[in-house]
Amino acid sequence: MSANPEIHSSVSLRSCEKCPLHNAANLRRLGVNTVGFDHVVALLGNPNTGKSTVFNALTGLRQHVGNWTGKTVARAEGAFHHRGRTFKLVDLPGAYSLFSSSHHEEIARDFVLFGQPDVTVVVVDATRLERNLVLVLQALEITDRVVVALNLMDEARRHAIEIDVRALSRRLGIPVVPMAARQGEGIPDLLRAIEEIVSGAFVPHPRQVNHQSESLERALSDLVPQIEAEFPHLPNARWVALRLLDGDHSIIQAIREGTLGNVDQMERRAMPSLNRPGLIEET
Amino acid sequence: MSAMTLDQLPQGKVAVVQSLTIQGELRRRLMDLGFVPGAQVEVEMRNPLGDPRAFRVMGSVVALRREQAAGITIALSEESR
Repeated sequence: MSANPEIHSSVSLRSCEKCPLHNAANLRRLGVNTVGFDHVVALLGNPNTGKSTVFNALTGLRQHVGNWTGKTVARAEGAFHHRGRTFKLVDLPGAYSLFSSSHHEEIARDFVLFGQPDVTVVVVDATRLERNLVLVLQALEITDRVVVALNLMDEARRHAIEIDVRALSRRLGIPVVPMAARQGEGIPDLLRAIEEIVSGAFVPHPRQVNHQSESLERALSDLVPQIEAEFPHLPNARWVALRLLDGDHSIIQAIREGTLGNVDQMERRAMPSLNRPGLIEET
Repeated sequence: MSAMTLDQLPQGKVAVVQSLTIQGELRRRLMDLGFVPGAQVEVEMRNPLGDPRAFRVMGSVVALRREQAAGITIALSEESR
């Protein structure tokens, strides 16, 4: 581990930057010290895909990992330093969908939508790719800045599942990083993908679901300006309008109470018994 | 082709989801879990009491009650007819 990452970057050997060993050597795990970060990275994913394992690998924390669903109930936060940048990493509760139907999913959705992370890493289970891609496409409706962490590749290999990673990345228009986080495999590549998005070296051109319909567009053009007038700092009023038309109760309630867009207030409402996020023990 | 709903799917047969007649939040949920038109489903486990039953869809196992499964229209796929 280098104490002075600037020396590395001033040398700037291109072949060096692409080498996984070089990238791993530049990871400095900062534990729970999330003060003074440059960028925010969110970890989103279906339950039981290894989000917390990725979180621990990057932060050096011991966020409780276990092979059961619903283990991470609130956001956990940690930090890491990589090649001159400090990142706050937010581990979100497992979600099948961003059209929330549970409190945990509501917390995940509110953070991706209103927390405005610089990068959203969607951790997907390589052995259940089809179902996991639902969440990827939903995330892409909210933000372009998505990286897919194709985790559990070791299990996929064991089941003789082959995935054309490059084709997947091309079709989605975003980086796809094959990983086996339990073994530390793919962590350096994930770091590089995150870096490329925050630095602008990779500009995502995501595939988005096409909702095109005339009556829907009419309803949206009526609704979106009203939402924008009421909540001027909202990052994605169009998405909120779509959810309203869908009859999403949590969004309707947040608008009634005026808490829409305020992640902390919305979270407190979703989980009344919870005082603070970050139920983690330090190593 | 006779219309059939998922609650009528016999064990050992494979079917393809045609449409969802169920409405509201549960419709959204079932789609999130993989019950979308075109998805293959089969019975994974039978409850001795008959309800709920577990279905395999998109690589995962999902348990549904009879009235929930009745909101999903299916067609038996060719090979299992």
